[in-house]
Order: sequence, then structure tokens, then C-alpha cells
Amino acid sequence: MATSSPSVSTPGWRAEPARTRAPRRRGGWWTYALAAPLLAFLAATFLIPVALMLSRGVTERELPAVWPATAAALRQWDGSGLPRDALARTLAADMRRSRVKGGINLVANRLNADQVGSRSLVYGTADRLVAGARGDHVADLARIDPRWGERSTWAMLRHAAGPATSFYLWAALDRRVDADRHVVPVPSEQAVFVDILARTFEISFTVALLCVLLGYPLAYLLATIPKRWANPLLILVLLPFWTSALVRTTAWVVLLQTNGLVNDTLLALGLIDRPLELIYNRLGVYVALTHVLLPFFVLPLYGVMKGISPVEMRAAGSLGANPLQAFLRVYLPQTLPGVAAGALIVFTLALGYYITPALVGGGGDQMISSMIAFYTDQSLNWGMAAALSLLLLAPLVLLLFFGRVLARTVPA
Amino acid sequence: MIARACRLAALACLAALAAGCQRGEHARPLTVVSWGGSSQDAEHEAYYLPFTRETGIPVREDSWHGGVGVLRTKVLGGDASWDLVQVETEDLILGCEEGLFDPIEWSALGGRGAFIPGAVHQCGVGSVAWSYLIGYDGDRFPQAGPRTWADFWDVRRFPGRRGMRRTPKYTLEIALMADGVPPGQVYALLRTPAGVDRAFRKLDQIKPYVVWWSSIAQVPDLLGSGEVAMSVTSPGRLVVANRNEHRHFKVSWAQNVYAVDYWVILHNSPRRAEAQQLLRYVTRPESQMRLARLIPTGMTNREANRRIAPQYRENTPSDPANMRDALQLDGNFWVEYGDELTQRFNAWLAR
Repeated sequence: MATSSPSVSTPGWRAEPARTRAPRRRGGWWTYALAAPLLAFLAATFLIPVALMLSRGVTERELPAVWPATAAALRQWDGSGLPRDALARTLAADMRRSRVKGGINLVANRLNADQVGSRSLVYGTADRLVAGARGDHVADLARIDPRWGERSTWAMLRHAAGPATSFYLWAALDRRVDADRHVVPVPSEQAVFVDILARTFEISFTVALLCVLLGYPLAYLLATIPKRWANPLLILVLLPFWTSALVRTTAWVVLLQTNGLVNDTLLALGLIDRPLELIYNRLGVYVALTHVLLPFFVLPLYGVMKGISPVEMRAAGSLGANPLQAFLRVYLPQTLPGVAAGALIVFTLALGYYITPALVGGGGDQMISSMIAFYTDQSLNWGMAAALSLLLLAPLVLLLFFGRVLARTVPA
Repeated sequence: MIARACRLAALACLAALAAGCQRGEHARPLTVVSWGGSSQDAEHEAYYLPFTRETGIPVREDSWHGGVGVLRTKVLGGDASWDLVQVETEDLILGCEEGLFDPIEWSALGGRGAFIPGAVHQCGVGSVAWSYLIGYDGDRFPQAGPRTWADFWDVRRFPGRRGMRRTPKYTLEIALMADGVPPGQVYALLRTPAGVDRAFRKLDQIKPYVVWWSSIAQVPDLLGSGEVAMSVTSPGRLVVANRNEHRHFKVSWAQNVYAVDYWVILHNSPRRAEAQQLLRYVTRPESQMRLARLIPTGMTNREANRRIAPQYRENTPSDPANMRDALQLDGNFWVEYGDELTQRFNAWLAR
């Protein structure tokens, strides 16, 4: 805890850890017991569920659980040519049983995620088998559906036999593993995730940058003007904080639409002769998202700026620095931890937003969280949702680490 | 002394946490979950209030936006907070396969024959039938408004932008019908790569004119502010806007795409008997007719459709005149092709 002390500028802060650590050691088990409810709560409601959910992106759950004998046999198969008839017999038995006793839907949907149409293949074949069709040889299955006579179908099954898998992660990178275990790009009209992921980071980065540019002068103003002005201004900053993001986004629709307030005003002033397209495009996303997230940047920075004594600037002046030099060399460096913290919060929050882009964005402005929501809620493809989340999370963890390193290297 | 007090406090916290975990959902009343907004307001009047009056069983209401993932989390995760829920077709199909819903006891509801064909499923009873169709502002096209999907595509005769739902579902069906495909052949064609290509080629033509909406609640605002000249919409909200805000919104029922929503009872419902009682109540002809008089509703009970006064059938799928060339949404198609087409649709949108 001592390392995250915010008072980096306090003289002698390096001595702090030694002082604070000593009594903690004497505290004994009950200090941990005090924190235990919180830790247990965090583990039970956050860490464990998140880890379990993310693990779905790298493991195969469905086929090994529902067709265990088939999964074991598939792992033995060398993948060249068609499998032996024994595998077909095992598969037919597993299919019959899972169709009658349940569970076949899980495998059908998993295979369908690899090759569209596999759902009807699995259900259709299983229904025929249950009705009494023979399934003793590969040829028997191929008579039910010719796709069983193709190696690619069996290769798809083998990919789903697990236990670990790279299927979802490759899919999230617009790649797939073909029958010969080569990683190949998906057809260009299907390639979408890399673009959306890049777009998500681009939008979030731009919004964080806009918040820095707009928020820094605002926080500076709040921290330096007399209190009777600062308090009402602070309330103005906080007010949107207490309003739902949905309401604020809708308000921007009223302002920015073709016949909205902004366009009407510009037209009346004669500045434009035709309404500008301000919404249902990327511009609308930037405007609305920056507004929604600005308080998250201003507040931490304001806190840091409040802690900087005006005496230091005066001291710099008395030592011969002009105001610009004093700002750049004395004031700005001390505020950088606040800037980094605020920008990181804004960036992280922006990554996960999808209501705002959904309401004010155009076709090419949707962010990755909308796809994650789709796979979680609509299509039940939780493996895909987990893989996309992993791809979103990994750069973020790197960034947080980078942020900490950055904060530590800031001169005190 | 202080140390001892803290130790006691720590133990108390642990005990409180354990107690909190054990307290279940037994105490809550029967809970019904619907789509919120004006439609649930009407259901409150027509269904839940009179149900409580007649039976004495209190009803708690909740609302949601659909998505079978939510139900999977609730049932498999052991959160028994909902009993009777309204779901869309794909949610019904996927959830039924997963065993998230109780099978329907049709004998208690008057048999399968009491309902329109699309409203009968092993795990669900149709709650309402509703349509996506063309809506436009009558003030903007005072002579003759757009009628068919081909008109919707005709930006020369009917200038202005178009509102469309930002999903491949409904959009691809509509594109094929605009390209002259009869409703009966739409899904057969969409199951072939050539058919999907054809739908996207047709969408290419209109793409520069489209404002994509993500929530149906946006449509009255988009039309009312003149942002779009016409939009894919369901008629209910426009009818309500005409009534309350004196707008002149109009709709065309030609080639509408209709779907049925369903009532399901969650498999882990602790109030199964009461949920079945409420299900019987809301599927009765008298109840459905009461709802239809409050808000335009496509009723699923055959007897209700026979007995209702004609003026309440206007602007609903219950009027046979509206359904002559209608296309029923194919839930099975979207369960199988939804992932792939959503990917392709999003890639297409960004190009």
C-alpha cells in the first residue's frame, strides 16, 4: 500500500514505507480477518467469475463434456484422410444419447461457430440416428449427410475436442485453423474484429486526449480561482456526473441533429448554407463520449492541483524563472501523475462504452463491447465473448503496468 | 482493548457476510418480466392489476431488453429472481434447448388449437405478434407515401434519409424483398451464399442514405425531427405518438416482417404454480382483448382475434388485410446464421 502513496511530492516520502510497515507486522491475523470479508467478496463476485469467464476463451467445454468418448477418440486421430469406422460408431452412439438425454445443443452451437450450417448437420444427423438410421461406418453417416464424407468436417470436430483451444483467439483475430492445421485469414467480407478492436482503441485514445486538452485548463481554473467562484464551477462539473449517461447522450442528439440547435444557430448566423453532419458519425461519438467522461479526468487532476502550493510558483519566479518556465518546470511536472491517472481512467472507461456509440455513432463507429454483448446475450457464444474480452484486457493490463512505471519515473 | 474490539468487529463482518449469502429469494412475490415502456404500462393495466384483484396474488414487475444469455446466467447461476418472462423467438429456441424453461402444459391453456399457429412452442406461448414495416411522416409525403420496400429504396421518388435497424436480422430480409424476392423465398435464398451476396449488393445501393438506429425508441424522434424521411419501425410507437403528440405518422403494411414474442416460465422459478396461474390469465381471450383496447396489439388467442371490435385490429397483425404478403421472421434461421451474418454485416457497415 505504501508504494501507491499519492503524496509523491512530500519531502522524505521514501522513508514512509519503513515506518508504516512495522506496525502492520505486529497486527497479526485479525487485521487480515478485518479485510477478509472484502477480499472474499472481491474474489467471489469479481476475480473468480472473471477468471472463469475468460478461461472459456482458451478451453473447449462443449464437445468433451457432451461427447466424451468421441472427444477421446478424436484426440487419437492423426487427421489425415477420413477417420476409421470405429470413430464413426463412437460418434453415432454419443449423438444418439445426447439427442435423447440433452446436451446436443451445446455441441451443435459450438460447431456452428466454426462452420455455419453445422447446427443443422448435427441435429439432422442425430434425428436420423435416433429414428433408427445406421451409423456403424463413416459411409453410413455420409449417406445421412454428405458432409460426413469430407475431411474438413472431421477436422472441425477434432478442433473442438479440446481440452485447450486457440480457436476463439484466432477467430477474434479474423483467422481460422484449416483442416491441415494452418492458420489462414477468414474471407475478407467476414473479417471484422481486428478493425473493431483497432477502432475501439483509437476512439478511446482520442477521447482521452480530448479530455486532457479540455480538462487541464478547466482543472487549473478550478484549482486557482477564489473559493466562492470555484465551488459553483465545481458543481457544474459534477452535475453531469449525477445525470445518467443515457440522458446526456440523448441531449447531444437534440443539439447535433440535422435540424438541431447547433445547425439551426449556424444557419441563422449565415455561417453555413446547409446543415452539417454532426451526428450518426465519428464526430458525434467523440463529442458525446468526451462530454460523458470529462468529469473522470477533471476530478483527479483537480485533487492533485489543489495539493500544489502557490508558494512554489512564486519561489520559482523569485529565482528568475519567467511564468512559462515556472509552469513548465515546476507546476506541470507535479500535475503529471494526476494527468496520467485521469487519462487512464477515461481511456479505460471509454474502452467499455457501447451505449453512447450505439446512439450517436454511424455504421462504422461501433466498439468491441457491443460485439462482446452480442455473443454473451444473443448468441450464447461465450467462448467468443471471452476471447474478445481477453484481447481487450491484455493491452489494458500492459497499459496499467506502463502507467505505474510512468508515474514512478515522474520527478518529484 | 482496541485490538479486541477490532477482532470482534472482524468476526461480526464475517458472520454478516455468511448470513447475507444464505438469505435466498424465498421472500419475494411472483415476478413477471416484460419489455418496459408503454407496452408494459398497458400490460400493467390489462393483466397484472386485475390478476391481483381477482386472485389476491401480488405481482412484482421487472423489465429487460431480451438476450437469452441473461436467462442462462440466472438459471445456471442459481439466481431465482424471475418467474414469468417475455422472450423473442431466438431466445425461446436457444433457451428451450438449454433446458432454461419449463415445458408448457397446453391442456391448462385450452389446448394448442386455441392459439394462432406461430404462437405454439414446446417451451413458450405466444404473448404478442408484432411487425416491422415502413413508417413515415404524412406531412412530408402528403400525396402518396412509400408503400413497398422497393419504394423505400427509391430515393428519387421519395427523397430523404432512411432509418434502419442496425442488425442483419430484418435488414437482410427487407433488402431481398426490395430486390423483388417474394416473401416465401426470402429465407431459402438467404441460406445460400449467393442470396446473402444479393442482399448485401442491394443494401449497397441505399447505404449512403441510411441512419442506423439501435433502439426502436429512437424512431419517433428520428421521424419527428426530420432526420429521416422514413424508417423501418413497428407501428405501435407511431400510433401512440399520433395520439399523444398529434403527429401524422403513417405506416405501410405491405411486405411487413412479423414475429411472435413468447411467455416462458423459468426452470428455477420458486413460484411455479403461481406463474402458471398468471400465464393462464394473460393468455385468456378476455385479457388479450383488454390489452388490445389499450395499445395496438397482435393477439395470439384465436378467440380474442374473432371477438375484438374491428377498430382495435387496425394497425396490428391481427387484421388479416395487413398480413396478405407478410413474412414471418424465421427464428431457426437466425439461431444458425446469426453469428456469421452479424460479423459480415458489421464488416460491411464499416466499409
